Amino acid sequence: MANIQEKLAQIIPGATIEDDGTGIPQVTVDDKDWHDLARKLHDDPECPMDYLVTIVGMDWVESLGAIYYLASSKTLQRCSVRIQTTDREKPMLHSVADIWRIAEIYEREVYDLFGIVFIGNPDMRRLFLNIDWVGYPLRKDYNDDPALNPVSTENERQSDFTNVYVEKEDGTVEKTERRVFEADDFVVNIGPQHPATHGVLRFRTAVDGEMIKKIDVYMGYIHRGVEKLCESLQYPQTLHFMDRLDYFSAHNYHHGLCIAIEKAAGIEISRRAQVIRVMMDELSRIASHCLFIGTYCMDLGATTMLFYTLRVREQILDIMEKTCGARMTFNYDCIGGVMQDLAPDFVQDVKALLAVLPANIKEYNKIFTGNVIARNRMIGVGTLSREDAISYAVTGPSGRASGWACDVRKTHPYSIYSELEFDEIIATEGDSMARFECRMKEMEQSARILEQLVDNIPDGEYCVKVPKVLKLPKGSWFQMVEGCRGVFGVYIESDGTAKPYRLKIAPPCLPLATVVDHITRGAKIADLITIGGSLDYIVPDMDR
Amino acid sequence: MYDFSTITGSIHEFLLSFMAPWLAVLTECLIIGMGLLLVYSVLALIYIYYERKFCAAIQCRLGPNRVGPWGLLQSVADMFKILIKELIHLNHIDKFLFALAPYLVIIASMLCFAVLPWGNGLQIIDFNIGIFFLLACSSIGVLGILLAGWSSNNKFTLIGALRSGAQMVSYELSIGLSVITMVCLAGTMSVGGIVMEQQDCWFIFKGHIPALIAFVIYMIAGTAETNRGPFDLPEAESELTAGYHTEYSGIHFGFFYLAEYLNLFIVAGVASLLFFGGWMPLHIPGWDGFNHIMDYIPSVVWFVGKAMVLSGVIMWFKWTFPRLRIDQLLSLEWKYLLPINLVNLVLMVCIIILGWHF
Repeated sequence: MANIQEKLAQIIPGATIEDDGTGIPQVTVDDKDWHDLARKLHDDPECPMDYLVTIVGMDWVESLGAIYYLASSKTLQRCSVRIQTTDREKPMLHSVADIWRIAEIYEREVYDLFGIVFIGNPDMRRLFLNIDWVGYPLRKDYNDDPALNPVSTENERQSDFTNVYVEKEDGTVEKTERRVFEADDFVVNIGPQHPATHGVLRFRTAVDGEMIKKIDVYMGYIHRGVEKLCESLQYPQTLHFMDRLDYFSAHNYHHGLCIAIEKAAGIEISRRAQVIRVMMDELSRIASHCLFIGTYCMDLGATTMLFYTLRVREQILDIMEKTCGARMTFNYDCIGGVMQDLAPDFVQDVKALLAVLPANIKEYNKIFTGNVIARNRMIGVGTLSREDAISYAVTGPSGRASGWACDVRKTHPYSIYSELEFDEIIATEGDSMARFECRMKEMEQSARILEQLVDNIPDGEYCVKVPKVLKLPKGSWFQMVEGCRGVFGVYIESDGTAKPYRLKIAPPCLPLATVVDHITRGAKIADLITIGGSLDYIVPDMDR
Repeated sequence: MYDFSTITGSIHEFLLSFMAPWLAVLTECLIIGMGLLLVYSVLALIYIYYERKFCAAIQCRLGPNRVGPWGLLQSVADMFKILIKELIHLNHIDKFLFALAPYLVIIASMLCFAVLPWGNGLQIIDFNIGIFFLLACSSIGVLGILLAGWSSNNKFTLIGALRSGAQMVSYELSIGLSVITMVCLAGTMSVGGIVMEQQDCWFIFKGHIPALIAFVIYMIAGTAETNRGPFDLPEAESELTAGYHTEYSGIHFGFFYLAEYLNLFIVAGVASLLFFGGWMPLHIPGWDGFNHIMDYIPSVVWFVGKAMVLSGVIMWFKWTFPRLRIDQLLSLEWKYLLPINLVNLVLMVCIIILGWHF
């Protein structure tokens, strides 16, 4: 297997390969060459960089740019590519939306927050902010005067058009307008207030009778600018936002950011804290999947299942409440370990949970999975191929249901996961049934992890001492962890102060919502609910 | 068996003693109309409470238990709430049709009440095409739903209404055919006649295999006809928010709500009429003592009890199964239920001709 550094040197001759703080090689390339290089990286037979983890928009003051984090689904190696432009008035970069499908939405995000136009992207609209927003919030020179963007008392202006920037032969860039839907399409608004969108997400759905022709995913209703807020807060303060992204993976997200900061600051945490963190992660995974099963069945009309699955989730929330003092925004992991020690009866409670879990899973299968109506609703509905899953960066149980082994706990183990015994659940069908069953089986695997740990919680301190004002050295770090819904990535760039220069969150739910359009084409309206439910996205996570 | 016609007869005599015959009939019509309305609303309240408790039991919950003893007054409170709620007036709708739709739905289900065999001699009208009249009336309901969806000028309601139209028209076939199957066995379309035919033995036992098939199909089609889960596509809440009645508020919504429960009762009532003898007590040929004891239970209790149990089965469907998709729903009807039904009809006719029934 070729070393990724050698590979990069071979594909990009003359490039200087740096190393970011987390061992991911980083190259800087010229924007003009980027599209061709991206194609080469993506199509490389030995080590295809076919998974675009995220695009981090950057404002380095003297230049604007983007950092592409790439990974290979084959060799699991990672690299990052930096491109930049010094033009601050009309910054333009070349789009790679034709190489990685998910780049389309990631580039829209960068455009929305940094104002960088991507030439060749078929859909250059704002993503989160409304179309009349003045300024690009994540730029360092952004003017946040409320008078510029007053709270509107009128309806938000909507447009049926999107922009495409095309580069002509002579190098000039032309802006053209394109309709999002055809002029005579029957467009139904599903959302933002709709029971099946699981939050304030809006699908503008063009239908032909009951058949779906196209979906325009319209997000941003819960955009709170978490990344912008983080830039004005100290590192320990930024942690609190992690509870409020995917609120069901609160522990996992905390864990991810903590690891990134601890790596950057060179903090070693105790074994006890690591075990506690992993146990909490797995407990939240079970709770999250339980809720998924319940709400998904409810989407399909089987209301009763919700009550059966909430029983287990309730038990887990009780365990967490005893230790963390909260049932929702736990705020438990902190830099250096965890906030408080475990509650005295934690072990006993977890054992009680593990005792009832198998019977419950059996019951779920009995009442729902085997039901002929449920099977007809799910089997073959919303099939996502492995290639598309990778191209759309659909990770987590949804990606694994398409046959893509993307579990970060296995591919890039963090904390103590490399010592634990558990299976990565992989299905090949890629349909809603596979996504459902993957989650069902993952609960069993999480229970397996808990079983291994529950009797082996070592003694020791639960939190090591860290300086009151934590300053990270200059540099950048990228950390991936496995949330309940997929890969959660966090990128930190520090300029040596106590506040992050840039903190980028790469959520798993943004790709999940993006792929809805792709896999619902030609399906029925009812299938949209099945597919959306089976992908299990969380809106605050994608909007941030 | 107590015959209620002695009461109704004496009322008739009493009225005739001081009234002109036409006036007596008019007075009786008014009394019956009032009585029907009363039964209708009380039954709806009982049904709402019944369904809540039933689904609570399935879902490991308690259900309503705060208002009144065992929460008995909960549905009364809810009904009161719905009565005093504002009727929200919408612009850009067809106001006349919008207001008309809920009444069509409720009238359809009230008309069906007229021919149900409530008890021995306790039937409002018993004419020779009773069951046919019932089918005809229940089909009016779909008109109301289509109108509601169309006049609301809303995309969700329109999709809901069209789904409902497709669904009800399709499943009416199955209901009709399974009813015809049983009419063949009974040899009469008169509701009273069908009940009397089951004096010695209920049709479900008398007609054995074809009757059982017809019963299963009737229950499936009946569930679909009432737009209840797993066939609640017209109002699939997770897809269409509330389907055809999304835009309705206050008592107009209440009418749809009421009609849904009453239709449930009617479907179950007709099932008990066709397969379980209507108000006829359980009689087993040859067991005279047993039959005699059964006769002591009032006929009204028999009818309402059977209808309640059968409604329970339909509720059980709803709280257990996920919802079907529209194409699956239609293919179930046209590709499976309809052919089976036709074959079953032939089978029933053969059995009757050959005298293989009990």
